[in-house]
Amino acid sequence: MIRALGWVLRRDLLLAFRRRGDVANALVFFVIVVSLFPLGVGPEASQLRNMAPGVLWVAALLACMLSLARLFAPDHQDGTLEQMLLAGEPLVVLVMGKVISHWLVSGLPLVLIAPLLGLQFDLPGDALAVLCVSLLIGTPVLSLIGAVAAALTLGVRGSGVLVALLVLPLYVPVLIFGAGSVGATAAGTGAEAHLLLLGGFLALALVLAPWASAAALRIAME
Amino acid sequence: MIKSERFSWFHFSSPQTFYPLAGTLQPWFAAAATLLCAAGLYLSFFVAPTDAQQGEAYRIIFIHVPAAWMSMFLYLVMGFWSGVGLVLNTRLSSMVATALAPTGALFTFIALWTGALWGKPTWGTWWVWDARLTSELILLFLYIGFMALQAAIDDPRRADKAGAVLALVGVINIPIIYFSVKWWSTLHQGASVSMKSAPSMATTMLIGMLIMALGFWMYSIAAVLARVRCVILERERHTEWVMAEVGGQA
Amino acid sequence: MNWHSWSEFLAMGGYALYVWGSYAVTLVVLIGEIVALAMRRRGVIERLAKFYAARRRNHETEA
Repeated sequence: MIRALGWVLRRDLLLAFRRRGDVANALVFFVIVVSLFPLGVGPEASQLRNMAPGVLWVAALLACMLSLARLFAPDHQDGTLEQMLLAGEPLVVLVMGKVISHWLVSGLPLVLIAPLLGLQFDLPGDALAVLCVSLLIGTPVLSLIGAVAAALTLGVRGSGVLVALLVLPLYVPVLIFGAGSVGATAAGTGAEAHLLLLGGFLALALVLAPWASAAALRIAME
Repeated sequence: MIKSERFSWFHFSSPQTFYPLAGTLQPWFAAAATLLCAAGLYLSFFVAPTDAQQGEAYRIIFIHVPAAWMSMFLYLVMGFWSGVGLVLNTRLSSMVATALAPTGALFTFIALWTGALWGKPTWGTWWVWDARLTSELILLFLYIGFMALQAAIDDPRRADKAGAVLALVGVINIPIIYFSVKWWSTLHQGASVSMKSAPSMATTMLIGMLIMALGFWMYSIAAVLARVRCVILERERHTEWVMAEVGGQA
Repeated sequence: MNWHSWSEFLAMGGYALYVWGSYAVTLVVLIGEIVALAMRRRGVIERLAKFYAARRRNHETEA
């Protein structure tokens, strides 16, 4: 089973590597959206500092959501997904492999570039650190929940916007505690509770989401 | 099925047998709804006293709170029947779930609308980002997502099952969402603004809300029965009995 | 009895817009749903009747 997971992981990473442009798109989107906000509300530092946690988290959320289109759809189109369903390996394992590779390619880069963007908003150092940690814990949750929505809308017309409609309400708790952790750090109260809750969400998502995604994939492919 | 003298509920689990049952029951629920809502309205306007702090504006709670209760209750019921349809592979349960969604969404809208109209005179703004209203807003998005997903999928059985997965994910998430939003709202606003802190509930107020809630519940059942009958006709149009049924009508 | 006159009732202590705005929209939404359901039922039956008539014609021409 681990071998199967490794195989899926390696394959997806290889495919993503061959299409580095696609992957970079999500990252660039993140940067651009974050840069739009100061242009929209004005450059006043204290206002930006207040907005920063929310803005950075919402942008990360949207970037993750956009990249969901790459999760199952390409494999569905070229028939690989069908083979995965027919393979002897448990579908949950294969799904988990795809989600991990999706996060490595679409979520982790956001974590790495977020501090730079946080500096644009004049966030203090400790807030930047918490931002990274919150994104590190939170973006996998986004990938996991997103996988369920991507599986449900496989091959459906208008699936791009539909995925957004399905997934954004479910992202709200992650957003609240993710942005909340950074806000709490900036305000001086601790971010511990937030991060622990985010960790709880991650644990819950790790258990439930692959299973729900697998069920949704079977429904989509039968 | 073993032939038995005893009545079996499973008899009504097929669209064909449920259709006439729904047709017979529906007027009764509609009548109950009318009576209960009339009684509730009477209580809310003529019996419940004026509130000291909020004046007459508080009378909106007689719609706002029952509508909010119904919106959440209907989502749970929708999740339940969706789940039954997914696990037991029954068509009718999924049809009922599909029929529940629009009514649930409408009650969510009513809760939001009345919430805004209650917020303006009481707290000065048309929208209050408190826990209940914000959760209701997200609930509305969940309903719309469910309906949009089912509308986008052409194959009805796939739509049923996909909707079920979505509804179940939603049911699991609703307590998480509510808890998160509640935490978020107390943090950012402090304890002052809270729609939950309605005027100290005089008994008549509580009874009025309960009667209105019951009335809404009866209404929902009547509306869902009517809608599921339409859904059954549409989905089962290739069967003999629907042809006979429609032939008799048209 | 809370109200001493019709106009007092309608005025709702100055909150007429909010109270009646709520009750009126609720009524409109609920009645609207009922009407929409009735229209949906009629539409379904009409469409199905046409569908069956067309199918009957098809079978007749084939037979």
